[in-house]
Amino acid sequence: MSADVVLASGGLSCHLMSGCGFPAPGAEIFQFDAVWAPTILGVTFHISKTTILLFLAVVLILGFFLYAFRRPKLVPRGSQNVGEMGYLFIRDGIAREAMGKEGDKFVPFLFSFFFLVWLLNFWSIVPFAQIPVTSIFAIPVAFAIIVYVTWVPLGIYKQGFVPFFKNMMFPPGVPKAMYVLLAPIELISNILVRPFTHSVRLFANMFAGHLLIASFSVAAFYLISASVVGILGSVASFAVAVALTGFEVLIQALQAYIFTLLAAVYISGALHAEH
Amino acid sequence: MINVFAAVLSAVPGSEGVGAEEMPSVLAVPIDELIIGIIAFLIVFGVLGKLALPAIKKTLAERTELIEGGLAKADETQAEAQRVLEEYKAALASAREEAAAIRTQAQADRTAIVEEARNEARTAAAAVTAAAEAQIAAERNQATSALTRQVGELAVGLAGKVVGQSLEDDARVRATVDAFISDLEQQAAR
Repeated sequence: MSADVVLASGGLSCHLMSGCGFPAPGAEIFQFDAVWAPTILGVTFHISKTTILLFLAVVLILGFFLYAFRRPKLVPRGSQNVGEMGYLFIRDGIAREAMGKEGDKFVPFLFSFFFLVWLLNFWSIVPFAQIPVTSIFAIPVAFAIIVYVTWVPLGIYKQGFVPFFKNMMFPPGVPKAMYVLLAPIELISNILVRPFTHSVRLFANMFAGHLLIASFSVAAFYLISASVVGILGSVASFAVAVALTGFEVLIQALQAYIFTLLAAVYISGALHAEH
Repeated sequence: MINVFAAVLSAVPGSEGVGAEEMPSVLAVPIDELIIGIIAFLIVFGVLGKLALPAIKKTLAERTELIEGGLAKADETQAEAQRVLEEYKAALASAREEAAAIRTQAQADRTAIVEEARNEARTAAAAVTAAAEAQIAAERNQATSALTRQVGELAVGLAGKVVGQSLEDDARVRATVDAFISDLEQQAAR
């Protein structure tokens, strides 16, 4: 049973007192049927609602920024103003914050991540879309892999293969004996765990947020019935769903920021040995 | 890396939810979604990085330059204004000094002029006084001599009348008259 099917039939006809249990939304609300499944080079691509929303986000981002920065003026107007605010936020608030002037080279990279992740998160509260694409685990994983294959080779290139690992595993200012414990922990946490935490942090936040909103929304429908408890519960559930939606707007921006900031911090660590 | 991820994720227990037997786990990472995600990012990064962001970066740099140039120019203008103000103040001070000097000079000049005028007036007054005195003296002399002459004539006339009656009588009176006459003559001669 996919999310489309849930919305079409099951959930909405079932109410309190009508003899059926609460149809709690589960993993199925994150599954969408493929509308098209072409096979290219032996890989079958399942084009579903989330895939379409992903590429819609790509088109919207490219459309907006290509339009906003089509002929940039020294005195900005309208969309250029908005675009510039975004650009300066990434440059000054993330890139330079993490790696100083050197960060200017990585602004396009971080900029693309921030706005793509933000918009993918934002689909969560757009009517009819109503699914954060980043709650499809493969998407944060894809992004985390891109960040990973950027900072690891960059660190090896900038610091040299051995110094890169040495600087990572033997941070200065620690008693010599501690390295027995610290070196393997640092290696595992940086090389193995880092891409995992980087992707799961984004995925889990968006997944949980969406599940919460869905649960309270379904509850608001389920509790509609000819009883005081049902009506009060329904109204309360609806109020919570609305409040959570507002809260989710903050989380969406915050998670996009955190994901991008972490990417910047990883790159910064690759450029220079950590102090 | 992808395989590592898949291995790690497939090992997560309990990911096969209840009532979702036929569905893959939410933690599954299908290769097609992974590829699609990477492609989506690369499109955004490629197009923005090549087409949109260099333009805005250039514009921002130009703007910074323009603002910094403007600031430098403003500094220059400020310095110029400061310099002009200093000059003006210096000129004002020197003008004040000059005015004070001129005032002092004028004061001195006035005193001198007043003194001179006073002296002149004094001299003139003295001259006038002297001339008046001289004139008075001359007039007095003139009057005296005229009076002397008249008195002489009157005296002579009177004397004649007196003498005419008693001149033979008294030789002493005759001598006195003679003396008086000579005295008069003496005075007239003077």
